[in-house]
Amino acid sequence: MNALTLYDKVWRQHVVKDYYDGTSLLYIDRHLVQEVSSPQAFAGLVSEGRNLVRPAAHIAVADHAVPTRLRHMPLPDGLAARQVSRLQANCERFGVHYIGMNDNRHGIVHVIGPELGFTLPGLTLVCGDSHTSTHGAFGAIAFGIGASECECVFATQTLRQQKQKTMRVTLTGALQPGVAVKDIILALIARIGTNGGVGHAIEYAGPTIATLSMEARMTLCNMSIEAGSRVGMIAPDDVTIAYVRGRKLAPTAEQRDAAEAYWLSLATDADATFDREVELDVSALVPHVSWGTNPGETAPVSSIIPDPALETDLARRAKMERSLRYMALKPGMRLDEIAIDKVFIGSCTNGRIEDLRLAAQVVVGRQVASTVSGIVVPGSASVRLQAEAEGLDRVFTDAGFEWRDAGCSMCVAMNDDRLEPGDRCASTSNRNFEGRQGQGGRTHLMSPAMAAAAAIAGHLVDVRSLEALSNG
Amino acid sequence: MDKFVTLTSVAAPLPEADVDTDIIFPARFLLLLDKVGLGKHLFHERRHAPGGAATDFVLNTAPFDEAKILVADANFGSGSSREQAVWALSDFGIRCVIAPSFGEIFYSNCFKNGVLPIVLTGEAHRNAMSAAASGQLFVVDLERQTVTFPNGPATRFEIDPYRRRALMLGLDEIGGILAEDADDIAAFEIRHRASQPWLFLDDGRLDRLFDETEDQ
Ligand code: SF4
Repeated sequence: MNALTLYDKVWRQHVVKDYYDGTSLLYIDRHLVQEVSSPQAFAGLVSEGRNLVRPAAHIAVADHAVPTRLRHMPLPDGLAARQVSRLQANCERFGVHYIGMNDNRHGIVHVIGPELGFTLPGLTLVCGDSHTSTHGAFGAIAFGIGASECECVFATQTLRQQKQKTMRVTLTGALQPGVAVKDIILALIARIGTNGGVGHAIEYAGPTIATLSMEARMTLCNMSIEAGSRVGMIAPDDVTIAYVRGRKLAPTAEQRDAAEAYWLSLATDADATFDREVELDVSALVPHVSWGTNPGETAPVSSIIPDPALETDLARRAKMERSLRYMALKPGMRLDEIAIDKVFIGSCTNGRIEDLRLAAQVVVGRQVASTVSGIVVPGSASVRLQAEAEGLDRVFTDAGFEWRDAGCSMCVAMNDDRLEPGDRCASTSNRNFEGRQGQGGRTHLMSPAMAAAAAIAGHLVDVRSLEALSNG
Repeated sequence: MDKFVTLTSVAAPLPEADVDTDIIFPARFLLLLDKVGLGKHLFHERRHAPGGAATDFVLNTAPFDEAKILVADANFGSGSSREQAVWALSDFGIRCVIAPSFGEIFYSNCFKNGVLPIVLTGEAHRNAMSAAASGQLFVVDLERQTVTFPNGPATRFEIDPYRRRALMLGLDEIGGILAEDADDIAAFEIRHRASQPWLFLDDGRLDRLFDETEDQ
């Protein structure tokens, strides 16, 4: 018998036909639609006179361009207003369900898909957004696509795709207190590189996975694309099933037993082989922060900035030099001495309830440094309501953070929340690219607890050493 | 989609690894709703000084301001899935990008827009980069799968047969699926619905969810 991986099993269930040229027509179960990648896709349908074949396979929400305060006011930015109302109009025209900005189900696509149970194990799910890999945490094949492919899904419910190679990342050991799953993924990317996963569907496996919550698993899969992989997956288990049960769009009572039995059968067979294997013992892992302008330019917070002169590959060296120039940093500087002025806690990587709890634990009873301004942006309205029910909003505002409405916010400089040129930000988002958080802004990626600690200390700092700091 | 058969042009050298799609097309211009006219925002921060004046970035400098080919470095087009990066390149006039490796979503977006991404590694890539820098005229031949410039032998590149054919014929992929595969898709849906009925929200669950008003 042919032993199969999780990816193989889900793939095989969705092949409509094999074209025998290395590509297959893959059925797409679900599509999350947002305002940035959809206008041109809808326009394509209109100009070609095509139908949207299965409206019930899509839900739409505006998350990138929306403001995170004064939600009930008209959008101040004319372009953003036009983009959001275009999405709404397109949804009305084609019969797609649209979640409004002031709806309790609103939020970042990758946060609300799982919350609603729109994301399920074993399905194929796409979105015109590269962090669609997030949904692989449920054991789905979920990947980001461009606008032309969004149009193809609207019109055909399929995509012509090449099967990926497979790569297993086996995690062993238990995380130390103060170390988070964000540190695992940052350390992994630093090790395999930002193109280390290109062409591969990653499966995260190993004993550590069983100990991780769905929120943590989503953080892990979310950043697969930063290692170059469109797909990052985790086999469904009891934790997955417990999360999905009772979600609004989860299988009905009559369907449930069959669905859950099927999901559990998707786990990679014991003797299946992968094209590539990577192992990471997380028990010795320490908190990481990025120092450069891609997520692979990351190091333990207790280390120093590396020297480009030691890099032998010339293009890599040029890239490092450029990163350091952009970040205004010098080789040999200690990372934990870098002063910051902004803190952003949120995004589809770390804007879930558990992330906010971890940050709040660090913040409670302390004050944000006088040189720092920080915002906390829940990933969805439901995360916000939950956090408020737990009193986390007060923990943050008492410490001097601003507490906002849900959205992508300062993860991407497409709305009112952005860095000014020269600002240096401790951020829980996923990309530290040049200008990503605002033209000329400088981003250091880290976990929610680490970002909270940086806000208190006024500089990058190992959250585990915060106890020792005076908090005057 | 425009057909791609051969292309003759100088090639602009960009010897820098990890040029992501945020650099190629900064996020704030994603608020625009069009596909055309995006070339003016291509590499915006690289091409414009803070005051707005043109920089000496390669695409601002003759003869490369008219280049139809870009020779880039490892991991070109990584990061965000924004197809605007490809629309901007093509609006600027770039029809071919040569690099040792590409971001995957960018790579696949290229083919939807008549842009040919070519993978050249090692020696072949180094030769192309220096030929580009010295302003040599490149000839890209998709039929023969070769890149040629005066100072070197023709270099062969690999490309999936399907993608090659689609580019050469300017195929409309969606039209093709609708015309040729609709019956297969319909038959698949029936089987799929029978085996995993919970995947189909056409049963009204989605409508019911949205019937509840949940305004804050
Ligand atoms: S939070 Fe950031 S990474 Fe996530 S979907 Fe929004 S813009 Fe993209």
